[in-house]
Amino acid sequence: MPEMDDPRQSEGAQRKVTRRQFILGVIAGGAVVSAASYRLLAPGHGRLSSANWSERLISINVNGKARRVEAMKQETLAWTLRYKLGLTGTKLGCDRAECGACTVLLDDVPHYSCSVLTHTVRNKKVTTIEGLAAADGKLHPVQQAVVDQQGFQCAFCMSGFIMATVGYLKQNPNPTRAELAHGISGNLCRCQDYSKILDSMMRGAEYTRNGFPAERRA
Amino acid sequence: MAVIRDVMPAFELLQPGSAADAQRLLEQNGEAAWVMAGGMDSFDWLKDRIKKPRVLVDLSGVDELRGVRVTSDGVEIGAMTTLTEIANHAEIKKNYGVLAEAVSLVASPQIRNQGTLGGNVSQDVRCWYYRGGWPCYRAGGNICYADTPVGRNREHAIFGGDRCIAVHPSDSVPALIALDAKFVVQSAKGERVIDAEDFYIGPQDDITHINILKPGDLLTAIRIPATFAGARFYFEKVRDRNVWDFPLMNVASAMKLSGNNIDQIRIAVNAVSPRPMRLKNVEDAVRGKPATPETGEMAGKLAIEGAKPLQFNAYKIPLMRNLVKRSITGVREATWTS
Repeated sequence: MPEMDDPRQSEGAQRKVTRRQFILGVIAGGAVVSAASYRLLAPGHGRLSSANWSERLISINVNGKARRVEAMKQETLAWTLRYKLGLTGTKLGCDRAECGACTVLLDDVPHYSCSVLTHTVRNKKVTTIEGLAAADGKLHPVQQAVVDQQGFQCAFCMSGFIMATVGYLKQNPNPTRAELAHGISGNLCRCQDYSKILDSMMRGAEYTRNGFPAERRA
Repeated sequence: MAVIRDVMPAFELLQPGSAADAQRLLEQNGEAAWVMAGGMDSFDWLKDRIKKPRVLVDLSGVDELRGVRVTSDGVEIGAMTTLTEIANHAEIKKNYGVLAEAVSLVASPQIRNQGTLGGNVSQDVRCWYYRGGWPCYRAGGNICYADTPVGRNREHAIFGGDRCIAVHPSDSVPALIALDAKFVVQSAKGERVIDAEDFYIGPQDDITHINILKPGDLLTAIRIPATFAGARFYFEKVRDRNVWDFPLMNVASAMKLSGNNIDQIRIAVNAVSPRPMRLKNVEDAVRGKPATPETGEMAGKLAIEGAKPLQFNAYKIPLMRNLVKRSITGVREATWTS
């Protein structure tokens, strides 16, 4: 078993690839394979003209960039974001518009991306959790507030909650706690961490209005 | 049934840019076409593989069906106007508050951001046997799974059941009936304008259809006359959770008073019957009487006459009595409307 000879060496090799990079790599590879297989295996492909095929290669504006993507007609935005574009920060919980984990902004308004067809957002601006931080890596005020307040337990629902909050604050930048609770009531947390989540989001509202303390940025 | 998380089965997606094009596409594709507005009802059917349309006509690109227009006699709301837009619209909040309140209590913020008024009034019933793909009467079969000694029918009808006992689940419809709204339907033959309450079909007339829309029909707008503009309104929705849930029951009323006497009134209740229910007999009985708790009491008792409870929904009878009473006296327990 030559691969067992030097465990330190193989451990070192593993460390060079982080879990996140590995997952993204698998998705990128999968996208290539699956894009090819959809061409070959899609039901009734024989009937479709080449015009139909070019229609499936669409351009959508995600986080300020035009992204070319081959999307099936019946594909949901959550699916495209996660499995075609590698934006895995958007989570799929229920896939039935009942949990909020997949919340993204369409033209700054929160939507469940599990319940939006990718082909219907070609003229819209899609913002996901990956698009909130500034280009230099500085976190969005609501993200920074979550870090500072340690608002989440398992945090599977976190990106949905943050996107719902960012969208709500655009309508009402100075909410009461009850208003904010109502505004982001379309998101569920299975850890039942709502009180701490609301603490974070109220802090995020404050950071969004007033900027966040400089010492925390370091 | 298990929740399937794979991609939906393939369909042809048609994305017209005008109402006329949309109507033509529906005409051309007939039974094979499925109309999608916001999609909040459609996706459940498609993802669960219960309905498998060959063609999906997506109305999201039809801008002319969007928006609220103030007309010489009231307002006209495009069928593709989202519930959030309606809830926040100044004219609707000012003069037709019962509708603003009703749509603000629908489902969750994200669903209201995407769900449309046309979709909300056209949505199908929520009976889980039917939704789960069981071959019940409404699905074209010959049995009702809910109306048995062990059927789970806590949410089902106390009025108007005929083989099917599923209830109509919309929150906006009772408000629209109270406002005497008209639905505008386009077809190849032209435009039809239908009273809100006549848009719906009970199981005794056609058990597999919830409304009068036929293949080739497109609901384009909802017109609210100024009859009840600025009148005294009441809306209340009772549900298990404050978010997402469909009503266990809701009530809407619009009332014009002279002094404290009721001059004109319309009351509608939903989630009690397969059709949204306008309470004409109650309206007739309270007209001319003072809007007092005594009148409300009488109205509530009258409203529940003839109600038939099922195994698990007898609670709906006192609930309806009290909601109808409140719709006249205006007394309200706390609801979440911040």
